[in-house]
Amino acid sequence: MNPIAKNSPDELLIRVPEFGRAPLGSEAEKRLASLWETLPGWRGWLATVDHKEIGLRYLVTAFIFLLMGGVEALIMRVQLARPDQALLTPEQYNQLFTMHGVTMIFLYSLPILSGFSNYLWPLLLGSRDMAFPRLNALSYWLFLFAGIFLYVSFPLGQAPNAGWFNYVPFSSLEFNTGPNIDVYALGMVLLGISTTVGAINFVVTLFRMRAPGMSINRVPILVWGTLTASVGNLLAVPSVSLAFFLLWLDRQIGTHFFDAANGGKPLLWQHLFWMFGHPWVYAIVLPAMGIVSDALPTFCRRPLVGYAAVALSTMATMLLGFEVWIHHMFATGLPTLALSFFGAASMVISIPSAVAVFAWVATIWLGRPVFNTPFLFFAGFVMLFVMGGVSGVMTAAVPLDFQLNDTYFIVAHLHYVLLGINVFPVVGGIYYWFPKFFGRMMNETLGKWSFWVMFIGFNIGFFPMHIAGLMGMPRRIYTYSGNMGWNTINMVTSVGAFLFAAGILIFMVNVLISLKRGELAGDNPWDAATLEWSAPSPPKAYNFAVIPLIASRHPLWEDRLNEGEARSSLDEGYLLMQGRETLATTPLDAKPDLILKMPEDSYAPFYLGLFSALIFAGLLLHWWDFAGLMAIAAGIALTAWMWPGRKLEQSVPAMQPAKESEHG
Amino acid sequence: MKCGTDFCIGLLAALANWPASALAANDDAPLNYFLHSYGPSSGPAMILGWVMATVCVAVCIIIGVLLVAAMARKRQPADFRDIGHEEEGLAWVYIGTGLSTCVLFALAIYAMITLNAMAKPATAPGLTLAVTGYDWWWKVVYEDEDPDRRFVTANEIHIPVGVPVLIKLDSADVIHAFWVPLLAGKTQMIPGLVNRQWLQADVAGVYRGQCTQYCGVQHAHMALEVIAQESADFKNWQEAQRQKAILPSAAPAADGLKEFMEHCSGCHAIQGTEATGDHGPDLTHLNSRRLLAAGLLTNNPRQVIEWITHAQDIKPGSRMPSIALSSSERADLSAFLATLN
Repeated sequence: MNPIAKNSPDELLIRVPEFGRAPLGSEAEKRLASLWETLPGWRGWLATVDHKEIGLRYLVTAFIFLLMGGVEALIMRVQLARPDQALLTPEQYNQLFTMHGVTMIFLYSLPILSGFSNYLWPLLLGSRDMAFPRLNALSYWLFLFAGIFLYVSFPLGQAPNAGWFNYVPFSSLEFNTGPNIDVYALGMVLLGISTTVGAINFVVTLFRMRAPGMSINRVPILVWGTLTASVGNLLAVPSVSLAFFLLWLDRQIGTHFFDAANGGKPLLWQHLFWMFGHPWVYAIVLPAMGIVSDALPTFCRRPLVGYAAVALSTMATMLLGFEVWIHHMFATGLPTLALSFFGAASMVISIPSAVAVFAWVATIWLGRPVFNTPFLFFAGFVMLFVMGGVSGVMTAAVPLDFQLNDTYFIVAHLHYVLLGINVFPVVGGIYYWFPKFFGRMMNETLGKWSFWVMFIGFNIGFFPMHIAGLMGMPRRIYTYSGNMGWNTINMVTSVGAFLFAAGILIFMVNVLISLKRGELAGDNPWDAATLEWSAPSPPKAYNFAVIPLIASRHPLWEDRLNEGEARSSLDEGYLLMQGRETLATTPLDAKPDLILKMPEDSYAPFYLGLFSALIFAGLLLHWWDFAGLMAIAAGIALTAWMWPGRKLEQSVPAMQPAKESEHG
Repeated sequence: MKCGTDFCIGLLAALANWPASALAANDDAPLNYFLHSYGPSSGPAMILGWVMATVCVAVCIIIGVLLVAAMARKRQPADFRDIGHEEEGLAWVYIGTGLSTCVLFALAIYAMITLNAMAKPATAPGLTLAVTGYDWWWKVVYEDEDPDRRFVTANEIHIPVGVPVLIKLDSADVIHAFWVPLLAGKTQMIPGLVNRQWLQADVAGVYRGQCTQYCGVQHAHMALEVIAQESADFKNWQEAQRQKAILPSAAPAADGLKEFMEHCSGCHAIQGTEATGDHGPDLTHLNSRRLLAAGLLTNNPRQVIEWITHAQDIKPGSRMPSIALSSSERADLSAFLATLN
């Protein structure tokens, strides 16, 4: 039965993992639970490295940031509802729109997707945890501390105020003397560390942690999306971290990277920022598109149409995403030839999106849709995706963009993209996976109300912004005069914004009610196809009592799809219970390769995160000695983390690869 | 081709009541570049905008209809547990993506042709201006080989009708963007870099402009006006602007000049006096301008004195301080400023 024992010459094996069953309540299952469960109480809370716990923390924290950014937006919409209002001073307005952008783009949209991916990846892939569980914990703590750091000057009225794009020279010391920009610059470098270690973890997890048999062409699209986003982030984040670090040097040390009077180049900032900024846009939509590609088929009662095409289009989008940053800079006076190239590239990038759109529409058309709340969110998403996409094509036409750029048309476009492609799949995804997270279903009636209020409110709020933009309303103005022709449009937009917020409120009420009183879900309430639904709801600390063997892309639909003879083995698999263990497989074919010894819970990530954040606090306050002290403390935490333990001994391969994989 | 373009323009003109009068059309939505264009430096972009908007709306409608039909179409009743085949449906992806690609390529080529056509004016520019962005106003220099014929003004640009005008753009502080949407698209004004754009008005009238690059607390109130005039009117205006101020010799205007030198000359210049400040607009021909404070107020003596004494209430954070003046000082200063024609 054990494929390794069958296929490998015995003498090469140092240890063949036991193969068998461990049903709930069995001795083996109890042993696994005792190995993997986190200590109760605050100790366990600080030390846990469980990807599910970390994933939920990401989701909750990012959602709180969404609410904060949302309240900032509503305050701005009150200010803009009528002309010549004086609810906010110009400086307050500028800090609000800056923090709204910073919060939504950096503290909500990627972290919320990291939350889904952290929670779901090992469950989708048939593993017991991410490749680097403690790095995962560090990534969360750094995100939390960076978020707090970016908000620390907000109550003092000195929040970042130069827009999320933070163009120099307005953000240089000469024009912005307060701590506002230093908070932003240092906070972004700190957040960049979190993003980077998180991305590394995803990349390694994908290539090493899949269940045996889950070859690369069988992983869910969400995994493709997050993988692509992570690789993109690894290449893009250094650019923005560097830009912010150079800006901080300009401001505090007196260098002249961006200072035109001393030979620096203000335009350099725009290049560095958008070389990061545009790939980032794809990083915060591709995993969300993955959510839809995986979850929509469940409600259409058929597999996704064009799996390979959608997976490839995901990667093509990111690849092209590195070739289009200039479309944020069409109005900077670059030569016409360069503009033509980047304008054309920006149009071409919608081709892979078309692949995904037609795949989704075909999936609905050929399937038998069940109109549950998640389906409504995903179908609504497809429509908003198309609307946000085509307005993006308009802005890619360079001569037209000379007009559209920096008007409300762009505000409309980016909100269709970011809310349509991120928020709608995210909320739909929460409706979808809530039973897996908490073992209870969300309320359908409230769910449908939340969808329709959000969908209608969103379109009333954001569609008129296109028209405001075509009527010439510039972005980032704290007020406008009554004779510009924008009065009605702005009032409608403000009303829609509040309606949309009411939809979010209904969703939150639904979450709170369903947590306590939702119907019990069972393992697979939607009759879905992917591996996470084979685990109990909520999953046990060890995820899978046995590491399953996978034979197809839809392990839970195999009997009904009639796709050949092979069947996945979900109840019988590798037991691996000599300490915290899971299986490493080969990168492409997912042949068993190594037994991985997984780390115990540890305080080290929390302390390393905390001390790192305090280093940045020291730099912000010019407490150089304190920063030095914290650097030493962080070094100690890192040493404790890295201290070799016998339990983690992995110096010899625990298992030889099966013969066929050497050829394969 | 030509015929088609004319038809398009005619259609749009009908939609926008154009070009009955630039002034009238601008009153209700002075920055509405989607319905109004008054010259070759914005017209092709407006048509491009309409073509693209039409295609985009059509795409949204088609996908929307497909989506609703996909959900609503009748199906054979079947068990919830039945699962459809994976291999079906690729034709959707091939055909849909293929058609989208054709449309995108056509649009990309059209956009590039338009870009190329608009990159330079058909004839060499008849006038060159240098506009410099300041927090939060615009300095305008009419260059001339003869330094005596060069002159400086602010926030109001006069151009002759039907002549392409080259505008050199620079900034004295942070990045701004120069945008007069009814005449041309926007270009950033970046310190240490001279950007160029051209514009041309084919109809006499007043065209509002606005800074579109976020530049600080008063970004919202950084507007300007371009006034397109018939050639003769423009020449007269130009000659008038070249004149130095005639200094008053009698009270109260002469006392007002002293007030000006004491309170204002550090930042503002008046040609022909010792006031040479260059942090604020040149005021030599203050009364020739329609608006004050970069497009925020109508220029009349009452508003001028209101602006001087309450600048920080009217435009909070602006570089212009609110200046405390006694009523006699006010009267004197008003009398002096009234001479700056």
